[in-house]
Amino acid sequence: MRFGVVRFPGSCDEVDALRACERFGEAELLWHGDPDVKGVDAVVIPGGFSYGDYLRCGAIARFSPVMEAVGRFASDGGPVLGICNGFQVLCEAGLLPGALLPNTGRRFLCRQVELEVTSADTPFTGACAVGQVLSIPVKHTSGRYYAPPQMLRELEAEDQVTLRYRGGQNPNGSARDIAAVVNRARNVMGVMPHPEHAVDPLTGSTDGGRLFESLVAHVGGPVPA
Amino acid sequence: MNAGTAESAHRVLGLTDAEHALIVEKLGREPNGVELAVFSLLWSEHCAYKHSKRLLARLPVEGPHLLMGPGENAGAVDVGDGLAVAFKVESHNHPSAVEPFQGAATGVGDILRDVFAVGARPIAILDSLRFGELSSPRSRYLLDGAVAGIGHYGNSIGVATVGGEVYFEGPYEQNCLVNAMCLGVAPKERLIRSAAAGAGNLLVLMGARTGRDGIGGASVLASAELGEDDAAKRPSVQIGDPFEEKKLLECCLELLDLGTLASLQDLGAAGLSSSAAEMASKGEVGIDLDVSAVPLRTEGMEAFEIMVSESQERMLCVIEPARWPELEAVCSRWEVRATVIGEVTTTRRLRVFDHRVGTGGDALVGDMPVSALVDDCPLYDLASSRPDGQIYPPPPRVLESEAPQEVLPALLGSPNLSSRRPLFEQYDCLVGSRTVRRPEQCDAAVLQLVPDGAAAGIAVSIDGNGRRVACDPYTGTVEAVLECTSNLACAGAEPLGLTNCLNFGNPEKAHVAWQLERSVAGMADALTALGVPVVGGNVSLYNESGDGPIYPTPVVGMVGSLPAGDRVPGIGFADEGHLVALVSPRGFSASLPGSELAKLHGEALPDGLPEIDIEAVRECIDLVRAAARSGGIATAHDVAEGGLAVALAECCLAGGIGASVVLPEPESSLAALFGEGVGRFVVAGPRPGILALGERAAPIGTVGGQSFELNGACKWGLGELREASGGLASAFG
Repeated sequence: MRFGVVRFPGSCDEVDALRACERFGEAELLWHGDPDVKGVDAVVIPGGFSYGDYLRCGAIARFSPVMEAVGRFASDGGPVLGICNGFQVLCEAGLLPGALLPNTGRRFLCRQVELEVTSADTPFTGACAVGQVLSIPVKHTSGRYYAPPQMLRELEAEDQVTLRYRGGQNPNGSARDIAAVVNRARNVMGVMPHPEHAVDPLTGSTDGGRLFESLVAHVGGPVPA
Repeated sequence: MNAGTAESAHRVLGLTDAEHALIVEKLGREPNGVELAVFSLLWSEHCAYKHSKRLLARLPVEGPHLLMGPGENAGAVDVGDGLAVAFKVESHNHPSAVEPFQGAATGVGDILRDVFAVGARPIAILDSLRFGELSSPRSRYLLDGAVAGIGHYGNSIGVATVGGEVYFEGPYEQNCLVNAMCLGVAPKERLIRSAAAGAGNLLVLMGARTGRDGIGGASVLASAELGEDDAAKRPSVQIGDPFEEKKLLECCLELLDLGTLASLQDLGAAGLSSSAAEMASKGEVGIDLDVSAVPLRTEGMEAFEIMVSESQERMLCVIEPARWPELEAVCSRWEVRATVIGEVTTTRRLRVFDHRVGTGGDALVGDMPVSALVDDCPLYDLASSRPDGQIYPPPPRVLESEAPQEVLPALLGSPNLSSRRPLFEQYDCLVGSRTVRRPEQCDAAVLQLVPDGAAAGIAVSIDGNGRRVACDPYTGTVEAVLECTSNLACAGAEPLGLTNCLNFGNPEKAHVAWQLERSVAGMADALTALGVPVVGGNVSLYNESGDGPIYPTPVVGMVGSLPAGDRVPGIGFADEGHLVALVSPRGFSASLPGSELAKLHGEALPDGLPEIDIEAVRECIDLVRAAARSGGIATAHDVAEGGLAVALAECCLAGGIGASVVLPEPESSLAALFGEGVGRFVVAGPRPGILALGERAAPIGTVGGQSFELNGACKWGLGELREASGGLASAFG
């Protein structure tokens, strides 16, 4: 199992994501300027920032050469996980439905939150049980998931909402407490909280590891002890 | 330019007539406009430390772990395993008072560059903030802007903001303080100094274009008092671009790993002038610099503007000419601009050329001996005298009650003591995967040096208490150093080095000079007693307005080593049935004058604080550090502002569990509950671990339940206490 973690200019959680992936498989960085995902088994678009995000989060990154390759990889069924800014990039790129708006509190917010798994039928949550609670931190300014009402109904009807903030813990005003969604084909997921910051008992919880474990199980590689 | 206008020009630029005469003597002629601009900045208080340099010589700067001391962009200590930690604190007070968002943001940007300029990857930011009373709209505006600015820069560049402190006091109403500390980690062999070397080597400017922002910031903003026309000074405040700096940071670290650079220096106060002069001075060489080669943001900038611009996100390096293709390739990959703007010479002069105005010798627009710029600024002895009594007015009375049942929630709800959560949640404290203890989990931030690596780590804290220093500059400063050491001890960490930022008023006034002298004496004595060196820092003077000086505010930041990060105790009580004990120094008695409670009661500041027995405090610090390292205790929290009752309440709130505590007779006075003084700790844990601490740790109670009971007479529910301590959220709308 080999993960590829994209590095844009200004990315800042890419090394954290790389190290998290390395706990569960092999991993390498993918440079934004290379239109190639180098044969990896899964792509992670990390959190942080991309190209400064001065225009709109993810609006520039979607045009980078590597995103062309990520688009092809996704359309061929390869699993793509976008975390935080990566979620924003995937929405901008049209690989995921909806958009991420500024938090209702209008401020950057860094906080440990509890998430409830609402679909385990994806490559990213397969190792979880529906209803399982995961403690994972959020940190973002624009994490309020938005989709038009009709699209929200379709997302729920198609079981595309994979993680929700637990009752009372929605940190940003996301529609229907949505913290993560998958595309219709279920191989692209955007998650606003940071699973890569929840893989080490020394620095917090290890619940984020369930997402990486799910990917490894999906791809079929051995899980290191 | 005739003599008359030249004279007025130097005064406008902040130079005295005597300083101007000395410049004429050193040059052997009148300085031209470019030279005068460069001298005025390098001879400003901010760059030359002309009122503080002699005093600072009193501070200890030697220590067994010291790798790089004062004088470099940042100091560095050896943390073992072949690693160094570089750190420094700096002020951005006046820019933040004029434009809080950009002022604070660029303060963070500046201190980050100082740290990666020595070759270290920045891993953490802490900040120390002071504003006027929270009831003032101006203070809330400055707080909101400064916090947003710090978050904007730190969050965007991907360096965790892991700790800090904020206080609200009337004397900071016009002149807020924004001090930012950064620490970085590097393999020891990657540390690099800023001394330029090798005649013929190239001087390369990397990063952002140079614009008119921040022209004269060091002299205009940092070295004069604030006045009423401060809005007009906004063009002197720089604008930050964390994206540019992120690329510059990654680019510089890659170049250092490749060994491309001979030396590296950040551009901070006084821009190219200061950076080039400092590099030349340390390397005992000269530098020829061509301003017409500098990439500009604005057309038509004059030579002097290019020399003094404080545009952000720029670094200056020296490389051998053969290394240029390598540097160009790395910079191009990171999309960082790199331009050769000069070369190293043997002349020991800083020569400024402008090829837009002529060729050959005609292009020479400034020619100054480096030593005159860097070493010959006159140093001033302070004319100090102890003021006749307390110079600060009493704070407004906001609390009438003296009943402990009402006093505790009032203290927890006061802006200086309430939970900092609404503030620190605006900062990314996680990026980098090093944060073992987050804000309000431990008295010090705890970081692992290598993510996923060995258990060894560091703890870091930043502390200062202006009101206590205003009461007694010597004792208040000793307290600040001991408090910071105590915070590290609660994590089990032993201090390796200290960085300081001395925020004071106008040193040309005798009472401010006295505060400064006594404060530095206190810091020197405390550090000598602890055996901790100063690794570098910053002095910020002229922090006053028409209403008078700020509280004298020495801020200290300490980094300590930690053998095992996985058993660090927390602030919070952990488990039902744990024994609670109070560690206190021999002969200690808590006192109310100068305390937070005295402030709420509107009492005048005392003229002096009780003397501190540093050795007795040190005994307690050592005891708590050893206990924290042993794993025998679960909770350790130093007793600071608000006294023992507040510390106990904080342990309950952080742990989400109550406690029942009985203080021995006659310890039931207000002073025993809410009096202050450094050196006490609340510790808790399984009975054997606590009893093993010996006679300095007196058992006072038991952890359990959902309320905090004190002396059988007072009782507060955790919900009530939590609500009381949540007041700061309202400051952020």
